[in-house]
Amino acid sequence: MTRLEEKHPLAIRWFHWISFPLLFLMVWSGLLVYWANDMYRVGLGETTLFHFFPDWFYRGLNIAQRLAEGMALHFFFMWLFVLNGVTYVLYLAFSGEWRKVLPDRHSLRDAVLVALYDLHLRKEAPRQGLYNGAQRIAYTSVIAMAMGSVVTGLAIYKPAQLSWLARLLGGYPMARWDHFWLMIGFVSFFVVHVAQVIRAGWDNFRSMVAGYSLVEDAEARHEFPK
Amino acid sequence: MNSRNKERNSEREAMARSRRAFLTMSAAAVTGYGCWAWLRSRSQEGGVEWPLRAILRGNERVSEAYFSNGHLSPTFGQSQVNADPRRNGDVGLGEGFEPEQWVLSVRGYDNAFTHQVTMAQIRELPRIEQITQLNCIEGWTVIVQWVGARFADFTASYAPQFRNAKYVSMKTPDRAYFVGLDSASVFHTQTLLCYEMNGADLTGARGAPLRLVIPVKYGIKNIKRIGEIAYTNERPQDYWANEGYDWYAGL
Repeated sequence: MTRLEEKHPLAIRWFHWISFPLLFLMVWSGLLVYWANDMYRVGLGETTLFHFFPDWFYRGLNIAQRLAEGMALHFFFMWLFVLNGVTYVLYLAFSGEWRKVLPDRHSLRDAVLVALYDLHLRKEAPRQGLYNGAQRIAYTSVIAMAMGSVVTGLAIYKPAQLSWLARLLGGYPMARWDHFWLMIGFVSFFVVHVAQVIRAGWDNFRSMVAGYSLVEDAEARHEFPK
Repeated sequence: MNSRNKERNSEREAMARSRRAFLTMSAAAVTGYGCWAWLRSRSQEGGVEWPLRAILRGNERVSEAYFSNGHLSPTFGQSQVNADPRRNGDVGLGEGFEPEQWVLSVRGYDNAFTHQVTMAQIRELPRIEQITQLNCIEGWTVIVQWVGARFADFTASYAPQFRNAKYVSMKTPDRAYFVGLDSASVFHTQTLLCYEMNGADLTGARGAPLRLVIPVKYGIKNIKRIGEIAYTNERPQDYWANEGYDWYAGL
């Protein structure tokens, strides 16, 4: 028989769904700013494999010529982004939820097993718990990346008043480069995260909205065989 | 209660919780979207919605509270100087300007003309050389060697009656380009009235005969070809702040 099992506390669900639009707005307004000096690429020497970003990207997303607007939005939503992030981290710390999110000594090995399993290179499903090793590493990395974005963002925002911070990060251009790649990291996480949520199915998605998971009770099944 | 009833109960509970949660989430999404639509439909103030402008002002207050004359923009060595730094912005640098006939007009609180200062008088002030970064608001940066007089020294010598002004306004001779500056930034030790760049006199495109170098601000505040300086207690107009940019533009 099936029964309800509590999976995600209400606070975690709110933090999750508030983070999503805030992160989206920070990335999008950041792109409006980045357009004005779009100097990054993947390449070797003179050869550019991919330029961030091609014209079709800017045209498709209507990003060009919006620097002032992008800055105003970025420096508006940064407060909500930081407020949500700080409250989330404090919540994790004081509720004990961090135990479910931070990687433990098995996580790295488990993450490899998860990757092998997901790539159909291994048959047995790795142990899950609330989060498996790969999830723990991914979710903790996202928190660390958010902190990195705030720190590098501050260095770009106030490179004179916080010149010590900019220096610590290797100077203004380096901090800007880090800030950009952290954004790419968030977007990559988002893509993989959504793909995994689709794979995991409805019960898993619903648990991030309604909080519970419907689980098959093994003992009950034993009691009433079909 | 038998197991089948229990199972039915848990399914009913699941349905009820699920419905409640998805309704709450939909309501939250609609509210969120409503806030966004409200924000983007507000009347504009200087090319940007007024709530965004209000937050820019709020950020300015936070920045001002932390600002210190002791917080210096980083300085660099001669070897790091960009020999031919990227150039941007030629508003106010129109034709028909005679650098030989140039004099600097100084105005006081009520915007009344007070007096003129010549290039020779500015060169008499202590000569400061500094190698600092110029940060364009677009996101690029160049390292330049500048020579000039501290604006604080200029004010002490040629406009001491205005040393407590809250703001300073600077304009090109044709008044096409203009910047507004808060006193803490304009009297900062690294703020120069500059006449030499990378070891040579300023050229026309670089702002000859006199330009502002203010490393605690974005490049947009580093006005070229200054024609007029006004001390005021009212927040002066600023060219790019009228186009949606932050008035403070502090680094």
